[in-house]
Amino acid sequence: MEKPLTKYITPGSPPPDLKEYSRIGGYASAHKALKEMSPAEITSLVKASNLLGRGGAGFPTGLKWSFVPMGENSPKPKYLICNADEMEPGTFKDRYLMEGNPHQLIEGMIISSYAIQAEKAYIFIRWAYKKAEKELRKALAEAYAAGYLGKNILGSGFDLDIYIHSSAGRYICGEETALFNSLEGKRAIPRTKPPFAAISGLFGKPTIVNNVETLVWIPHIIERGAEWFKNLSMTGAGGTKLYGVSGRVKNPGLWELPLGTTLREVIEEHAGGMLDGYKFRGVIPGGISTDFMLEKHMDVNMDFSNVGAVGSRLGTGTMIILDDKTCPVAFIHNIEKFFALESCGWCTPCREGLAWVEKLLASIEEGTGKMEYLDILKFHTKYLCFGNTFCAHAPGAAEPLQSGLEYFHDDFVQHINGKKCPWRS
Amino acid sequence: MEEAGQYPYPAVACIDALKIVQHHRGWVSDDSVKDIAQLLEISNEDVDGVATFYSRIYRKPVGRNVILICDSISCMIMGYESMYEYISLKLGIHFGETTNDGRFTLLPNSCLGDCDHAPAMMVNNDHYNKLTFEKIDELLSNYK
Ligand SMILES: Cc1cc2nc3c(=O)[nH]c(=O)nc-3n(C[C@H](O)[C@H](O)[C@H](O)COP(=O)(O)O)c2cc1C
Ligand code: SF4
Ligand code: FES
Repeated sequence: MEKPLTKYITPGSPPPDLKEYSRIGGYASAHKALKEMSPAEITSLVKASNLLGRGGAGFPTGLKWSFVPMGENSPKPKYLICNADEMEPGTFKDRYLMEGNPHQLIEGMIISSYAIQAEKAYIFIRWAYKKAEKELRKALAEAYAAGYLGKNILGSGFDLDIYIHSSAGRYICGEETALFNSLEGKRAIPRTKPPFAAISGLFGKPTIVNNVETLVWIPHIIERGAEWFKNLSMTGAGGTKLYGVSGRVKNPGLWELPLGTTLREVIEEHAGGMLDGYKFRGVIPGGISTDFMLEKHMDVNMDFSNVGAVGSRLGTGTMIILDDKTCPVAFIHNIEKFFALESCGWCTPCREGLAWVEKLLASIEEGTGKMEYLDILKFHTKYLCFGNTFCAHAPGAAEPLQSGLEYFHDDFVQHINGKKCPWRS
Repeated sequence: MEEAGQYPYPAVACIDALKIVQHHRGWVSDDSVKDIAQLLEISNEDVDGVATFYSRIYRKPVGRNVILICDSISCMIMGYESMYEYISLKLGIHFGETTNDGRFTLLPNSCLGDCDHAPAMMVNNDHYNKLTFEKIDELLSNYK
């Protein structure tokens, strides 16, 4: 089984430096792309590969790039932003890629910037990822010294500078238009769409935002082609995926597996199944803004469309397991507390609604809840939806809540009728 | 955006300016807010609005060392609460408080990206995971 993204990552030892990365074939794709391919050729290759964005929403990368105005008269400068904010609780995949092989990301950014003719690029990285930032800074210096960044890269006439911005810390910074405001030195509040980023993003210029795990694919797709990429997955969806598992399993961790690997294989084979004495009750499949999946979903192929078909989302592919000794109400309360705290406060349904949701859940958890609270919670899951809010934060918060209310209804009722949490003595 | 040439207009440097002040002083005082506002030609309120928006900008003094305990979901499952209670008892402070000798400030924090080694925490810029009481005793002794 091929693991293109993680083959050269050895946790615990330093990442490949420029010399080592070049020895294993690194930057060959940058040479090929900048010297032998036109920007349009790269974008159509990425389109043909069907690479779907790994930041959570699964938007086709080539299609996104094709919205950028090209040619002599297009606005300048254009920007490429690598979204390395990764603040979604339960998610730790981008960190692994950046700490383990920073040149792979830089090469991906060079080729992607060339494809949209962006002359400035940013890595927007979460403040807590100090080691990843250090490795990236080291790798950037090496890449500049070797002429892979700066002016007239590899004699192609193409210029590119990459900057690192370490976030001052807020979940909403990961939302791409909020991220622009943050890079502009403001409060990270999302912007209305349209205009879309590809037309008017950072400083009002055409901007593409891609996730770390999306950008690291680009050198591999240049090298091996679209068909190879598609064949890596179980289901034709394209590529491998970094799947992670946390919670009470025997072997929590992160694995690069074909996109579309079953939930059962990830949890039972790779994560080693549940710890002795614990039973599986459910899983949040891709960071906390996705709907629960249950035992009956174990044979679902974990790609964007198949997870979507059972009412959840692949999201970030990093799973959080709910076991039988953890209270589902406490679990959901913890999640909604995060969303309520991290609401940027811009729109009322999210700012007021999530705070109310959090209070109701706290009350149920403490044993002072009433049956009617369940209806109020359900009401929120219905109205905190796209169209009623400015960004996907509140709709994301509604996902685990609405499936949680449905799947763990009896546990909620038990808290309310018993006037206490059955998991607490 | 640390590179100076990268700011198309002064206000863009607001977050970086706050970070620089905090790096040197440990936190951002009202006077610093005023200084930054003057430098960037924006109002004090604009600077304060930005400063209070971000979790990692402190508008109140903090201790010499800041402990951040992850209180997000994977760490909740793996028992961050007992780690918090242990540290709280050991240092005699709750979340949001600083020890009398100014040695530690204790704060809750969302996911630190260490979920597969939960429970996790940070002290200043250092990550610690798979926490146990013994581990906490040992690691805290390294911060003076
Ligand atoms: C509240 C919120 C937080 C987000 N956080 C992140 C994040 O940390 N990293 C990320 O790549 N995308 C995040 N996204 C999605 C981005 O807005 C954007 O869709 C993504 O970076 C695009 O990359 P992709 O096309 O490569 O998937 C977030 C979205 C929302 C609504
Ligand atoms: S949905 Fe929430 S996070 Fe998004 S803009 Fe509205 S208030 Fe801000
Ligand atoms: S949930 Fe604690 S480190 Fe991710």
